[in-house]
Amino acid sequence: MTLIRTKIGRRAFIKNTSLAGGGLVLGFNILSSCKPEQAKEMASIEMPKEWFEINSYLKIGDNGLVTIYTPNPEFGQNIRTSMPMLIAEELDVDWKSVIVEQAPYHAEKYGFQFTGGSQGIRRRWEPLRMAGASARQMLQEAAAQSWQVPIEEITAEGGVLVHETSNQSAGYGEMASVAAKLPVPDEVELKEVKDFKIIGESHKNVDAKSIVTGKPMFGSDYQKEGMLIAMVEHPPAFGMTLESVDVTAAKAMPGIKDVVTIKSFKDGFEKGGFDTNAFPELVAIVGNSTWEVMQAKKQLKVKWKPITGYSETVNGFRGKETKNIPAGLESTETHKAKMEELAGKAGKIVRKDGKPEAAFKNAAKILERSYSAPYLAHNSMEPLNAFAHVVGDKVKIAAPVQIPSLIVPTIASSLGILAENIEMEIPRMGGGFGRKAYAHYVVEAALISQKVNAPVKLLYTREDDMTNGIYRPTYHATYRAALDENNNLMALHVKAGGIPESPLFANRFPAGALDNYLAEEWSIDSNISIGAFRAPRSNFMAGAEQAFLDELAETLGKDPIEFRLDLLKRAKKDPVGEQNDYDAERYAGVLELLHEKAAWGQDNGNVHRGISAYFCHNSYAAHVLDLTIENGKPVVQNVCCAIDCGIVVNPDAAKNMAEGAIIDGIGNAFFGELTFKDGIPQKNNFDQYQMIRMADAPKEIDVHFVQNEIAPTGMGEPPFPPIFGALANALYQATGLRHYQQPFVSDRPPLVG
Amino acid sequence: MAKFNLKINGKNHEVDVDPSTPMLWVLRDHLKLIGTKYGCGIAQCGSCTIHLNGLAVRSCMLMVSAIGNQEVTTIEGLSENGDHPVQKAWLKVDVPQCGYCQAGQIMTAAALLEQNPNPSDSEIEMAMNGNICRCGTYTRIKKAVQLAATDTNS
Ligand code: FES
Ligand code: FES
Repeated sequence: MTLIRTKIGRRAFIKNTSLAGGGLVLGFNILSSCKPEQAKEMASIEMPKEWFEINSYLKIGDNGLVTIYTPNPEFGQNIRTSMPMLIAEELDVDWKSVIVEQAPYHAEKYGFQFTGGSQGIRRRWEPLRMAGASARQMLQEAAAQSWQVPIEEITAEGGVLVHETSNQSAGYGEMASVAAKLPVPDEVELKEVKDFKIIGESHKNVDAKSIVTGKPMFGSDYQKEGMLIAMVEHPPAFGMTLESVDVTAAKAMPGIKDVVTIKSFKDGFEKGGFDTNAFPELVAIVGNSTWEVMQAKKQLKVKWKPITGYSETVNGFRGKETKNIPAGLESTETHKAKMEELAGKAGKIVRKDGKPEAAFKNAAKILERSYSAPYLAHNSMEPLNAFAHVVGDKVKIAAPVQIPSLIVPTIASSLGILAENIEMEIPRMGGGFGRKAYAHYVVEAALISQKVNAPVKLLYTREDDMTNGIYRPTYHATYRAALDENNNLMALHVKAGGIPESPLFANRFPAGALDNYLAEEWSIDSNISIGAFRAPRSNFMAGAEQAFLDELAETLGKDPIEFRLDLLKRAKKDPVGEQNDYDAERYAGVLELLHEKAAWGQDNGNVHRGISAYFCHNSYAAHVLDLTIENGKPVVQNVCCAIDCGIVVNPDAAKNMAEGAIIDGIGNAFFGELTFKDGIPQKNNFDQYQMIRMADAPKEIDVHFVQNEIAPTGMGEPPFPPIFGALANALYQATGLRHYQQPFVSDRPPLVG
Repeated sequence: MAKFNLKINGKNHEVDVDPSTPMLWVLRDHLKLIGTKYGCGIAQCGSCTIHLNGLAVRSCMLMVSAIGNQEVTTIEGLSENGDHPVQKAWLKVDVPQCGYCQAGQIMTAAALLEQNPNPSDSEIEMAMNGNICRCGTYTRIKKAVQLAATDTNS
């Protein structure tokens, strides 16, 4: 056992003050109309007569059943299973006697409830285990007091407390009422990895049964007596804003209650990093039913006007930053021309090792390649939505959001109420991918509810969702390699930029492995809103970098895996610079595992293979993608994937996530693209925006994890970026053509011949 | 507004709605059968798939006035206890990620197996190609359909 001081203190496991000292705790109201079905389905298990709250994360029933409140919002990572697993492990309870409920937003009780950046498990790894361990210790203490024996002599395992010498034992349920009255310990013991019984074993998704039977669980499923349906109309183009609206026709439509205008920010409000919103002034239409509101929306007569350019200060994770939002209606054509222009000029030097300029000047040969990728829309299957009910100076919200706490100041300011008067439930999200970190739609729902004085569910149509995006930016990168007359790699130069941000990570591989290295960046301001999209920036850089390394390896006459391993050997033995933010050994580890599992180097007949690897979100992922050409069309047969994300909490669920990331990446690499003309997004639904479907997905995916005892690192994002490179490299093997521009399949000339 | 008597999941339901209202919204807004999901509204994503006389249809473009006497089945009515072979296979393979598309996937798969109890891989791909899963659970969906087919046939 490892003795760990509870660094985060008692506040992390705060009890309901009204219930201090134990007693009956009523279940949290999760979704007023959507009682957790799981409890009912456990009909074979008798529900307890009384529950006792041990800490804010768990309560124990008199019969030993345990309810675990899972803190983070869920959008498909299966953290509603894996986070409770962390608690149950240290509580040492049988997984079968665990019921999972979603905690509401409550910063004091549940800390930073943030699902994004692949940080969920990583940030909760210690605190949640401590929540379980402290509860176990309180149960042991309760037994010690009841039996008048020293606590050290009491074991707690599988929901049973035992004192061997006196031959006494009790289930957790029997000691729960006493334990609930005890103070939370200052120090707890955490298990060693080798003693884990729940962590590291695959456990099925606790919500699977509710999902396959269509139970209400998503934000858009929320129902409440007297609830009205709302939709918003936003400007048709980026660079436009509301001028005026004629509501007469819309208001006269059947079922329509009201048409109002809303303003999402109070003047002078200092925006946070996730307050991105290109259309803060909207027309909202409110009525009895979705179809009636949809019909009336078409009758709105709105006048839009061009915005004037402005600068604003945004106070985000990186501190205060000034952003310039220019006026004008932007188009993809002009974007491309501007990117080409900046790519041809000197950028801002972010890192320089050795003498790259001299190496290029003296080079016998220079390999130079440029890569680009378009804007992408998130296109979560569940369009944006939010329920809000403002009553006086209070508001009750139920909305699919990735970072509930960060929208609270905005809601408070916009409604003119106190932050503590905001109550928020966090229902399951039908996909997020970064988009639902930007919760402007929650503010909109709250403002509409306040104006119409009724409970309101705001629903975006697919078209609204796709055209009011906070998109993955469009990017460009040029890589150059200097070779001497003996075909030795002498220097590498990367220059990357985008609209409106640069995707560059100057300190990632292969930085650190080269004596002469230069990294430059540039960016171009824009009024098209952008934000996090699964593995931000990495999702472009990995593809560009890994395609370039593939071409470079070929130029050098080296095997692509050996080439990378050689560079990593150098980075490990004698790293250049001090800022390298990857571990060369772990990086090499995934490549070695992949080499073995994919049987790299064997002749596979008509199968064309592409390899790629990348480090991001503290984890390492590498793929070999196997492709055949069938009737002139590329078909992905298999993807073999190796990941080092430290300890894998729930292996089969982690594999599911890796499979999803791989399919998502192949889909976006093949088809993903949003273009603009005069500020207008040129696609607004799935008839135009091509999504990957089953027929284009790999036939097989094969996921392997590096086994180690390192605390868990990112999992949702790391397998995504490198797949772009693996696909590009396999396509080259299959077609003899290098693919420099995403999407690889488009209205450009066909891929093959 | 007009009154419609609908046979859904073996029960009769009366609704008073605009005749052009798509079944999707009749189900979700008026009958509170919210298992059927909205994803695109233009018959492109399959989230809203229901059965009409046993055939998979997209309810987002199916007007309530077109239903008449036909039997409607939604995910809520696919089985009494969530134990349709397709649902069981889904649980075994642990298919879902976010879960939003899954009811539609399951309804499409169940109708496929009703028509074709022994589909080949390419028949599965063809039948399921109208259902988008943004989370990318396609390999598991295919496995679950294959498993359900084996279970149904054995
Ligand atoms: S909502 Fe009907 S097919 Fe997409
Ligand atoms: S599971 Fe999320 S869209 Fe299919």
